[in-house]
Amino acid sequence: MGLKQNLHKLKEKYKGTKIAPAFGAFHTFLYTPNDTAKAGTHIKAADDLKRTMNIVIIALIPCLIFAMFNAGYQQYLALGEIQAVSGGFFSSEFWTMDNLIVGLWKILPLVFVSYGVGLGVEFIFATIKDHEVEEGYLVTGMLVPLIVPIDIPIWMLTVAVIFGVVIGKEVFGGTGMNVLNPALTIRAFLFFAYPTWMSGDKVWVHGAVARTNEIAAGSTADAMSGETILGSLAQGNNVIESADSIWNAFYGFIPGSVGETSTLLILLGGLFLIFTKIGSWRIMLSSVLGALVMGLIFNGVADAGIISEGSNFYGLMNTTFWHHLLIGGFAFGVVYMATDPVTGSQTNKGKWIYGFLIGFLSIMIRVFNPAYPEGVMLAILLMNVFAPTIDHYVVKANVKRRLKRLKTIKA
Amino acid sequence: MALLSKKDAKLITDPLADNNPITIQVLGICSALAITAELNASLVMAVSVIFVLGVGNVVISLMRNIIPSKIRIIVQLIVVAALVIIVDLVLKAFAYELSKTLSVFIGLIITNCIIMGRFEAFALANGPWRAFLDGVGNALGYGIILIIVGFFRELLGSGTLFGIPVLGDPIAKTGLYAFGYENNGFMIMPPMALIVVGLIIWVQRSKNEALIEEN
Repeated sequence: MGLKQNLHKLKEKYKGTKIAPAFGAFHTFLYTPNDTAKAGTHIKAADDLKRTMNIVIIALIPCLIFAMFNAGYQQYLALGEIQAVSGGFFSSEFWTMDNLIVGLWKILPLVFVSYGVGLGVEFIFATIKDHEVEEGYLVTGMLVPLIVPIDIPIWMLTVAVIFGVVIGKEVFGGTGMNVLNPALTIRAFLFFAYPTWMSGDKVWVHGAVARTNEIAAGSTADAMSGETILGSLAQGNNVIESADSIWNAFYGFIPGSVGETSTLLILLGGLFLIFTKIGSWRIMLSSVLGALVMGLIFNGVADAGIISEGSNFYGLMNTTFWHHLLIGGFAFGVVYMATDPVTGSQTNKGKWIYGFLIGFLSIMIRVFNPAYPEGVMLAILLMNVFAPTIDHYVVKANVKRRLKRLKTIKA
Repeated sequence: MALLSKKDAKLITDPLADNNPITIQVLGICSALAITAELNASLVMAVSVIFVLGVGNVVISLMRNIIPSKIRIIVQLIVVAALVIIVDLVLKAFAYELSKTLSVFIGLIITNCIIMGRFEAFALANGPWRAFLDGVGNALGYGIILIIVGFFRELLGSGTLFGIPVLGDPIAKTGLYAFGYENNGFMIMPPMALIVVGLIIWVQRSKNEALIEEN
């Protein structure tokens, strides 16, 4: 007798009791539900919530695998034990077993904790409220480990995941009812609660924080830098002018949050999401446009000499406008999180406005507030809040337009 | 013979839980968010409001038959303002540091909706003794929430209670900090106060069947 029958039997056995939803969730997660409609006029579509979630997870897997190699690469590079990559995306210096082992060691715990704690909270809520466990956390659980710094303590992640799932999602009524993107709620919580672990020039490379502490305690070892490109630019060091450094930023051989560095793989993931019609190309495209427009405005301001070179904002303002797309978490946020169908705009026109403002605000926050280096998180959260308002006015405008047309036809 | 009749006792006990000004009536939220980062400040704020609302309710109740109803709001404001100035000056004289922490929020007791609410809803229609009980009761209900919120925000945000470290020393890494624990900086910020108040409301509503609304 297979697992499916066993699960089904367990489900029948515990029917009506408190833990029934737990078995139901495992059952539908692994197999097609038993109670699908078999007859009658139904539209048959394969893309249920579970399938949708799984496609996003598939789109995220290249980022995850790249992240594991990058974790080791960044650590060994900062330690000076290996040479920087020189042969393009498939450089042999990058795809080594040593690099992967560091990544597995550091990143798998993040993934397990994220899923374990998040799904645990979901199961508890489903049991208390006596409803089916929903699949909503599957994507969030994969996003969370990819958007935190690699050395984040596990207990902090646990606290943040509990907070994000309870306050970000369950209090609004669970999957599909949340106002804010849960993964970003979790990141925002970490960011405001434990800023020393979420920003600065140490946390982005595994081992850099520990090394700093050793030095503070009297060790004579060399300091390790974990500065991100974004951080260096904010301080006015122009580190991304040569063609090599631009390609490295595009391929993702740079420090940053775990899985957001490789713009190339994010781009492929984005194309996959557009191809499978899961992610909205309107949001992705308009966000990129918004970012480019804001970048151009800042370039213009810097070129016109309105802002002095000594200013805090000069470094990032003077960054060539399209470089903004390659650095920081912008690409990752736009492709995987701005396109969240629950928290984003629903109308097509609304998606253009919503996306454009995300891009526009991301770069603005990035430049004007060096204390909040990653503007895309705050921009998406802000626009999440405004998405229903945008939709409301788009729908109203449509109603108005059609009423007008009706009047002209009648007259 | 009980000190208070059953009806009078209800004036004190009702606002503590089932008709709490913050969690049920959702009044006075502004100051509850602003000053609860430290337990000290919460406590002083609670005591100040107990004084202002208790005395103010009595004064308004005594004057209730001579206040022309057209200008009653102005009269009420003058009464609160006078009491608040007394509190402010006392704090400046005896607890200068604290009065600096509380800054404008002592002055802003004037605008605390609970106070105007009780004047309007209760003191104008009841005798001084009952008005006094009602004022103290509501202020206590307000104060209790302030102290609960302040307790969690200070404990989790700064690792102290009344300014005394209780979780160890974050710099020397003793106590809990030796295990890698860190203070939650978000707790110090006002948004977290709103979330804590929300959680209290959540707990209270799920405990008390009578408060659960029909969908």
